Amino acid sequence: MLHILLRRALPVALAPATALLLIAAAPAQAAQTVTIGNFTFGPEALTVKAGTTVTWINGDDVPHTIVAVDKSFRSRVIDTDERFAFTFTKPGAYAYFCSIHPHMTGKIVVTP
Amino acid sequence: MGPETHRRRFLECMAWAGTGLAWTVSGGVAGSTLLGAAEAEAAPKGVTPFTFVQVSDSHIGFNKDPNPDARVTFRESVAQIQAMPQKPAFILHTGDVSQLSRPDQFDDADQILKEAGVPVFHVPGEHDMLDDGQGQAFLDRYGKGALGDGWMSFDHSGVHFVGLVNVKQLQAGGMGHLGEAQLAWLKDDLAGRSASTPIVVFTHIPLWTIYADWGWGTDDSAQALSLLRRFGSVTVLNGHIHQVIQKVEGNVAFHTARSTAFPQPAPGQGPAPGPLKVPAGQLRETLGVRQVSVVRGAHPLAVVDRALAS
Repeated sequence: MLHILLRRALPVALAPATALLLIAAAPAQAAQTVTIGNFTFGPEALTVKAGTTVTWINGDDVPHTIVAVDKSFRSRVIDTDERFAFTFTKPGAYAYFCSIHPHMTGKIVVTP
Repeated sequence: MGPETHRRRFLECMAWAGTGLAWTVSGGVAGSTLLGAAEAEAAPKGVTPFTFVQVSDSHIGFNKDPNPDARVTFRESVAQIQAMPQKPAFILHTGDVSQLSRPDQFDDADQILKEAGVPVFHVPGEHDMLDDGQGQAFLDRYGKGALGDGWMSFDHSGVHFVGLVNVKQLQAGGMGHLGEAQLAWLKDDLAGRSASTPIVVFTHIPLWTIYADWGWGTDDSAQALSLLRRFGSVTVLNGHIHQVIQKVEGNVAFHTARSTAFPQPAPGQGPAPGPLKVPAGQLRETLGVRQVSVVRGAHPLAVVDRALAS
């Protein structure tokens, strides 16, 4: 009887904590998305505030990679529907490309 | 001999053969203006007849439209090689062995290719550079006896073969790239060789620019071609664009090969160079292998592209 009670109680007990975490995270951390389709990054240039996590989602039926020209970040291979996320902490302009299809280029501009 | 005569010499033997296009290219020094006609007609010393096969872009691990399992069509391609009346001396695999550089994908490819029962020489494609070591897994597996990033040369029955790597450390906005170290090696490798030695270059990305917007070319290929130009017969075999396109420039014949996995669109046709979605019944007409014959006397290199189905 006890273990059944515990199992029921567990999600209830966890729920408020999860909600708290989400609330705490929301204002400080913006999220932005770059979608890959037809061998292009959309948008090709994206401006975000420092601290933003950018997530690339591969919507193509071929694999791609995200590689910074200045080597500050580099994804592993991202296959169809897979994603890669990177949090930009320092302001600046970050040019990147796909190392498999280097004619695919994009840019993230990070503002303070 | 004017340029027009050169062109006719190279193109006169073009003919359909079987399920593929046979494009016969003169060997020796037929096009050289520095040598007399008698020398031009002489067979290069030490060239004895043999055949070899080029396979390309097997993309083992690919499982999407239009090919649910690239292993199946690769197996059929190897069966096609086994069925050839003349057993090839060896196979050149011009890259993109795997879809994602995963060990199981390389394992599957090796298992299937082993059935051909002849030696295989590999140069990598950009899909073979996707392990954490950025190509180290490929080099560990296929690079025995190769130099640098995997480039190599060897001689077979009087023909000099050069394998080049143009998929390593590609730059943003660029195309294929050979790099200074490899070009310096190529210069040394070719120095001192007779101009009548037939040369076969094999690499992944085309060595001439087919379509820059899709990266279908090699940034520094002009430097490699300038080293090759003095030879009477140069045959460049590559993959990457999953379709047969041929071009003759002076004594250099360029041949891009079909994939064994999926076709790609003609240059610039459509928004992107992704897999071309063809109906299942037509897939095998777009895939296949390439047989190259080196013949004594008339000394041509006969390049025949054979589709899996016609």
